[in-house]
Amino acid sequence: MKPTKAFNRSLWAFHMNSGSCNGCEIEIVAAITPRYDPERFGIKLVGSPKHADLLLVTGPVVGKMKDRLVRVYEQMPDPKVVMCVGTCGISGGVFYDSYNLAGPVDQVVPVDVYVVGCPPRPEAIIHGVVTALAKLERIEGGEH
Amino acid sequence: MTGGLELAILAGWTIVVTIFGLVAGLVLLGIDRKLAAHMQARVGPPLRQPFIDFRKLMIKESVVPANAIPWMFNIAPVIALISSLVILLYIPLGSIPSPLGAFGDFVLVMYLLTVPALAMVAGGFASGSPYATVGAQREMVTMIAYEFPLAIVVVAIAWRLGAAGIPDAFSLATIAAHPVWSVVGPLGILGLLLLLVVLAVVSPAELSRIPFDSQEAETELAGGLLVEYSGRNLAMFYLAQGVKTLVMGAIAVAVFFPWNISSFISMPGGVAQVVDIVFFLLKVILVMFFSVSLARVAMARFRINQIVSLYWIYIGVIGLSGLILLMADAVLVSVAGGII
Ligand code: SF4
Repeated sequence: MKPTKAFNRSLWAFHMNSGSCNGCEIEIVAAITPRYDPERFGIKLVGSPKHADLLLVTGPVVGKMKDRLVRVYEQMPDPKVVMCVGTCGISGGVFYDSYNLAGPVDQVVPVDVYVVGCPPRPEAIIHGVVTALAKLERIEGGEH
Repeated sequence: MTGGLELAILAGWTIVVTIFGLVAGLVLLGIDRKLAAHMQARVGPPLRQPFIDFRKLMIKESVVPANAIPWMFNIAPVIALISSLVILLYIPLGSIPSPLGAFGDFVLVMYLLTVPALAMVAGGFASGSPYATVGAQREMVTMIAYEFPLAIVVVAIAWRLGAAGIPDAFSLATIAAHPVWSVVGPLGILGLLLLLVVLAVVSPAELSRIPFDSQEAETELAGGLLVEYSGRNLAMFYLAQGVKTLVMGAIAVAVFFPWNISSFISMPGGVAQVVDIVFFLLKVILVMFFSVSLARVAMARFRINQIVSLYWIYIGVIGLSGLILLMADAVLVSVAGGII
């Protein structure tokens, strides 16, 4: 179904760790602290992919997590956007030639927004979410 | 002829109360989020955030899991929403009498309160997800735990009103019309305060909010009962949550704070009802602030075994002492009345 303006003010995010070093998790948690307060814009973290509009993926996708990531992605109800947080999800980063990688993330699920940094600052993550909103607006306008 | 007209008025009135309940419920959720945000030194979402969330959920895809029982999975949110609205029809709102008030009393309301919870349990079991199943079991345990203190409150209040010679003491309209504080002596006031505490502790469990949200526990059960729900079904549970918040607030107001402005200052009929309903909402917000918003910001979640012992032992003892104080008070007041 076509998204409407309601999405811009109510984006629920589900966070998935695909084998990250936990640096990006800490920054995501920092981004939802009272200092940044993304709930002002209706952004909140939810516990189930079924409730989510936005999938935050951190980490380079290790072999064991590949199927799980695909499953979580497919469980999310449409319309949805995927955001890859951290350099190692984009290119492998510090893990780029590890023996056990199935990623980076965009080899496994389609990614809409990339946030660089190892780990990215909370400001960068919030900027990424705003970019994801712009992407949703484009879907809203009929583009893909 | 008059029967038909009365039925039509009743039906129209029911629709008005239903719409009021849906809107006021979502507004209450928004106020709750705003208050919680301010207590955490945040700006918080705008008051209309629940409406935006609701609209968004309505346009999302509604996923039915492969190993769910589809008809039960889809009907549970509808039952939860409708049954919470039905409870609202039995509770007096301000000086406006409730549409179905004449057909059921406080005991019926107490039974009806279990229906939304049971619908959620059914939906949880029907989702076929281990998280939802664990959540459903916890919801049942919580329900068994808080039902006992709630029953004490209902019985104690109605019994005390009955002992004061007020007929039909179990009807909510009677309870709202005769503030129970006005019939008791000093001992009774102490007892009533204890019962107020009991109701305030039961409310968050009834609404599955922190500290009694172990059935939804986002961090351990990923949403528990609601884990598999998405889109329209989740939106319906969201609405039901709002209506239930209004219902619990309205019960607390009807039992403990039933005063209306119009009974102190005389006003023309229409104005009085509007003023009363605004005053009523203010009271509900105040009740919700103390028993839901403040509690969920200040406290962490109880474990499920702690919930049971808390309700049965501590809250049960508080409730029973309230009941005993009210009984002693009834004896004292009638003896004093006999002497005078
Ligand atoms: S991007 Fe850096 S900080 Fe983030 S998970 Fe990867 S290695 Fe850790």
